[in-house]
Amino acid sequence: MNKFFIVLGHTFFTRLKSKSFLFSTAFILLLLTLFANIDTIVHYFMGDDEGKIAVIDETDELYPVLEKALADLDDRLTLEKFDASEEKGKEAVQSGEYDGLLVISYDEAHFPKAVFYENDAVESWNQMTIEQQLQQIKVALATERSGIDEQTLSAIYEPVQFEKVALDETAKTDEELNAARGIVYIMLFVLYMAVIIYGQMIATDVATEKSSRVMEILISSASPITHLFAKIIGIACLGITQMLIIFMYAIWLFKTKGSELADALIEEFGFSVENLALFIYALIFFILGYLLYATIAAMLGSLVSRVEDVQQLTMPLIFLVMIAFFIAMFGLAAPDAKFITITSYIPFFTPMIMFLRIGMLEIPAWEIGLSITVLIATIILFAWLSARIYRGGVLMYGPSRSLKDMKQAFLLTKKEN
Amino acid sequence: MSLRIDNVTKKFGDHIAVDNLQLEIPEKGLFGFLGGNGAGKTTTFRMILGLLDPTSGEITWNGQKIDYGKSHLIGYLPEERGLYPKLKVKDQLVYLGRLRGMRKSDIEAEMEYWLDRFEIPHYANKKVEELSKGNQQKIQFISAVIHRPSLLILDEPFSGLDPINVEMLKEAVIDLADDGTTIVFSSHQMEHVEEMCENICILRAGKTVVKGNLAKIKQSFGKKNLNIYGDMPFDSLKTMPGVLRYQEVVGGCKLQIENESVSQEILKSLSGKGFLRRFELEEPTLNDIFIEKVGERYE
Repeated sequence: MNKFFIVLGHTFFTRLKSKSFLFSTAFILLLLTLFANIDTIVHYFMGDDEGKIAVIDETDELYPVLEKALADLDDRLTLEKFDASEEKGKEAVQSGEYDGLLVISYDEAHFPKAVFYENDAVESWNQMTIEQQLQQIKVALATERSGIDEQTLSAIYEPVQFEKVALDETAKTDEELNAARGIVYIMLFVLYMAVIIYGQMIATDVATEKSSRVMEILISSASPITHLFAKIIGIACLGITQMLIIFMYAIWLFKTKGSELADALIEEFGFSVENLALFIYALIFFILGYLLYATIAAMLGSLVSRVEDVQQLTMPLIFLVMIAFFIAMFGLAAPDAKFITITSYIPFFTPMIMFLRIGMLEIPAWEIGLSITVLIATIILFAWLSARIYRGGVLMYGPSRSLKDMKQAFLLTKKEN
Repeated sequence: MSLRIDNVTKKFGDHIAVDNLQLEIPEKGLFGFLGGNGAGKTTTFRMILGLLDPTSGEITWNGQKIDYGKSHLIGYLPEERGLYPKLKVKDQLVYLGRLRGMRKSDIEAEMEYWLDRFEIPHYANKKVEELSKGNQQKIQFISAVIHRPSLLILDEPFSGLDPINVEMLKEAVIDLADDGTTIVFSSHQMEHVEEMCENICILRAGKTVVKGNLAKIKQSFGKKNLNIYGDMPFDSLKTMPGVLRYQEVVGGCKLQIENESVSQEILKSLSGKGFLRRFELEEPTLNDIFIEKVGERYE
């Protein structure tokens, strides 16, 4: 057990101190910072768009209305009444005195119409804002003219009341479903990333030890199975550390920024204490899923002789996670499809699909128990297989990357009588 | 109290790597494993270490099977370098030492001793990949002996080293043997084995060809080498009975003869024919034995 922790600690700290870990963590933190400050950044870059618009009001009525509407809305856009001819106005825009020229008039039906002159033909923020405001003025005019009062108008625009009631009392409520969907999304994403990043890391680590032949010394001091699992858990600890750093930083960012975005996110994904059971399931399935994929990754890593070959050999594993990911995406829309039910029992997909079903549907306990049992049995099977192949593969060198090698590695540790 | 290899056979599919090996390696001292490429030396070592399971037979150290509970008693230097290329020498030795059950402070003390002894203390904070091949081998050696094992297995410890480094490592190996370590080592360089080992074993295609005490093996080999230098024709010796091999050298000839008494016949036949400068009778070299024992099976 002591050696287990030595290997675990070694794996953890060497990786923790590595440049790639520091860079990737720093990069994610930077992205988060950018994301949290998105308002400021957008504002900074949009600052150039600040506009002074010349307005020629041929109606002699609408300018004050429009000015007021815009003043309420956006302080970056200022209107200025322009009393000279249209030609003069265009020249002023071309000379850069104004950012645009707006000519408002009435059409045949006495509704406002406008022509907007700008130096380029690109659809600009200014154009959209003004267009929207004019549209509202038009609506107001039209309703006023046809004698419809404000209340009737809002009644027309109000969405129809439509409520769904599930007759089955155990069925999930809308809120629960939303919450489940949110957690499923996050879980899918995190598991997907974890398998791809940390699975790759394990395979690379094993392949490095094998190609440098230090493995021969390692497994003469500690048993392959100790070594294998210490490595897997060590990388898992690393992953948890990285995620913790990122989460803590994210929470701190959102707290200090007091961003509406954070509140919106929390509401959207329904994080609340009521979902505790679901969180626990998420944790269980995450751990099991990680163990399964990590074990296979370690096995694949021990089959290659050169670190460069790791990518190639772990490809099928990544495809498997991707398939699980896509099935899960489909499952979010139709969680009760037969296809989803079946795939939720296939161990490679169980962590994602069964979890999705638990979140979205009412699943009897025995189904959950059965799928977890199958999953654990598969993990044990692969762990056993991996340890065997690991031990054999370590002593096998050469360009190995086929099923035949897997068999050979397996046989190398077999006692023949 | 010894390392016993009891009727051990290892098959890889149809290929027999080690065939019914029966050896008793006495405690303390040096034991040499000789054999050409593919003779089964490395496979035997891997079985001793428990990296491979024998197909049949048993290996015991002091009457007990070697398992992971005993790994602190055993040191291993593999044939190929086995170190983390990107890890600093110090971190490397600390990690490997801890895996052999040592405390960090003890490792550091031992490491200092060995790095000083091998005249490379300034490499402690260098990455292994920055070191020359010879210095890497020294680090590899330190990693095998840092925990003062009682059984030390060295697979081709001197290959790829310059003569100065070979001497340095040899001295270290001999010192360890004097301190009571049981050392099993393999080499295809006869001189090293001849110089250092009391007991040897020659393997060919997985089978033992010769084994036992080196001095006794030489004695029982019977054949001797005879070197003669002088101002006389030596041609007539070629056809003399009892002369097995004849090789002309500048100012003389080298012979292999069936036994000691042949030398006296030769001396008699040469007397009076000219000036005899040197006439020496030699023990057979291990090389002669090896070529004879391993070579004759090829015929």
